[in-house]
Amino acid sequence: MQILDSTILVLAIPLFMFLFLGLVGVKMPRKITGVIGVLGMAVTTILAYTIAFVYFFGEGPQKVDGVYQQLVPVDWTWLSFYADKLVVRLGVLLDPISAMMLVVISTVSFMVHLYSLGYMSDHDGNPEKGFQRYYADLALFTFSMLGLVVSTNIFQMFIFFEMVGVSSYLLIGFYYGLQPANHASKKAFIVTRLADLFFLIGILILSFYTKTFDFINIMGKNGGEVCNAFTSAQGLTFMGCSVTGWALTFIFIGGAGKSAMYPLHIWLPDAMEGPTPVSALIHAATMVVAGVFLVARLFPLYVLEQGAMDIICVVGAFTAFYAAAIACTQSDIKRALAFSTISQIAFMMTSLAVSSANGQLIGGHEAGLGYMASMFHLFTHAMFKALLFLCAGAIIHAVHSNENSKMHGLHKYMPITSIAFLIGCLAIAGIPPFAGFFSKDEILVACYEKGLGWGLWMSMVAGMTAFYMFRIYYLIFFWKKHEVHGEHAPKDQPWTMTVPLIVLALISCVAGFVPFGDLVTWNGQALETHMNWPIAGASVGIALVGIGLATVMYRKENPLPDKLATMFKGLWTASYRRFYMDELYQFITHKIIFQGISKPIAWFDRMIIDGFFNLMGNVTNSASFGIRKMQSGSVQGYVSYYIIGAMLLAAITGVVILCI
Amino acid sequence: MYLIPSLIMFGCGVYGFITRKNMIAMLISLELMLNAVDINFAVFNRYLFPAGHEGMFFSLFAIAIAAAETAVAIAIIINVYRVAKKVDINQITKMKF
Repeated sequence: MQILDSTILVLAIPLFMFLFLGLVGVKMPRKITGVIGVLGMAVTTILAYTIAFVYFFGEGPQKVDGVYQQLVPVDWTWLSFYADKLVVRLGVLLDPISAMMLVVISTVSFMVHLYSLGYMSDHDGNPEKGFQRYYADLALFTFSMLGLVVSTNIFQMFIFFEMVGVSSYLLIGFYYGLQPANHASKKAFIVTRLADLFFLIGILILSFYTKTFDFINIMGKNGGEVCNAFTSAQGLTFMGCSVTGWALTFIFIGGAGKSAMYPLHIWLPDAMEGPTPVSALIHAATMVVAGVFLVARLFPLYVLEQGAMDIICVVGAFTAFYAAAIACTQSDIKRALAFSTISQIAFMMTSLAVSSANGQLIGGHEAGLGYMASMFHLFTHAMFKALLFLCAGAIIHAVHSNENSKMHGLHKYMPITSIAFLIGCLAIAGIPPFAGFFSKDEILVACYEKGLGWGLWMSMVAGMTAFYMFRIYYLIFFWKKHEVHGEHAPKDQPWTMTVPLIVLALISCVAGFVPFGDLVTWNGQALETHMNWPIAGASVGIALVGIGLATVMYRKENPLPDKLATMFKGLWTASYRRFYMDELYQFITHKIIFQGISKPIAWFDRMIIDGFFNLMGNVTNSASFGIRKMQSGSVQGYVSYYIIGAMLLAAITGVVILCI
Repeated sequence: MYLIPSLIMFGCGVYGFITRKNMIAMLISLELMLNAVDINFAVFNRYLFPAGHEGMFFSLFAIAIAAAETAVAIAIIINVYRVAKKVDINQITKMKF
């Protein structure tokens, strides 16, 4: 199939756009740069859709007997060392999840490109500085993210993992004049880089035992046969766990850094200092799911390592609850959305981790449901979370503030945004027929199959999700009458910003009906899914309870929330301060690492190392100073020294000779 | 036996070179040392290698060089005297940095 072979173009266009806009764009008018960026992204999107469509529905080598195959249209040996013992390849791997990710990334990226035309056109009335730079960075990010999902091997994935980190750094720090943005970009980069260190260690361990980087070589086609080297390495133990377990756990830590799992989540809320469309693209829809994608990509290995899976499961379930609890009290809408993102990604992680792949039927469902559910939720979440963020961007653009105390009662002024936001909230809360209902239902089913406790826990978090989303919604759009600040009242934004909202809202309405079970599964075979009505009903019920509670508390201005806040003062403050995680990190880094480790090292460097060389210099210097009088310029003086020296030498020689 | 006068001559030369301030006297001391060396050449040639004549010729050669060198040195001293009006070595400090 020709079209699948052209997948490389999907990557090439954003890369070209990055170089073109970055190098030439500065010389061009701002509008034209933006339009070129949007058009380039439109072409990429169309291409990605075509590829995904052909892959899923076309005839060809990608589908054999109803099983989706992994295709490698491009495979290029980049580096080769030690007579081909160590080979690093770059290539394109097409399989259900990468085809799905192509669609997700290109859709959201295109919407964000379009939206940014409006959002970035002015900054508090002034033309935005660095408009071209912004578009170049967006293109770079899109390129790296697309490269990440089509990686044929774990090393290529690592390269692109780092590249998305860099572009995220560039975009968070876009307003480099502002101190918080600088801090946030540094924080994001350092935290994810630290996690990537573990990822690298994991890669090294894994590839040391399997002797290859290639996914297909390690896991077999469609995850069918995991290579012998891996299974034999499972027998080796290190500190009580198998080496492969260690490797996979380290790789998961890398993914957890990118996906903002507890306790590496601290960078994500701060990353909201970047422009809002960037938050929508990177910190809600695409980059943060890189960790989920990573685990999904190595899923056939993870199912063999139940220990690693359990870690993911616990971390995911805890993060989901923790982030949801914080999201309930945040007053900055972008931060609340950020914690909601963390919580939802944790849903995906948990869902992956509760999935088992051994093909047994559990409770009428084929195993591997969790994997499918996770990918499904990834897809739907990307759409509605991008929608929510873009809505938030429109609101922020209108009222020039992130604090919801400055909003209130915007429904009258911004009806389109309000409805789009409502759709997003309904989708994330899991109300049928919106997208989130279907994917979240699958996740809950998978969790209940793992165990009743997991299921109840995740159901509770789902209820909290509904509550905090509607809390935000009511606080923005209702609560009390809007107080107009400045001369103009907020209103719906220009078409470049509303169209993406409408498109994403429509997608959020219909995305749930995509037959994901037939398309995206861990081994390419179609998965039988049924609506599990009791669980679905229960989850809708709990979502409705959450919404109802939010309605009671926040629909109209009333003293109830304040009362509750004073009643549970400690809890409320702890949640508002994000359970003091940032303070804890601050304490660890400043008090323990800086004071306890860095300071002594710095002292050692300054005193011992520098001191040694200073000492050598000083000794030479003072010795020279002491003997400088000997260089008098008087030849007679020199001769006398010479004579003394010669006589001494002669004397020593004589003594030596005599002794011998 | 001939080495003793040559040793004395050399010692006197060194002593004179170090202690005298007058440049002419220093030059004379220098010549004393050179001549002591010449004597050594001749003596060692005569007693150790009577068949060869290299030492003798080397002495002649050194005497010729010494003559030329003395002429140059005298010329320098005279020129210095013309400029500085003195020939004491520790009083000629004009060319120090």
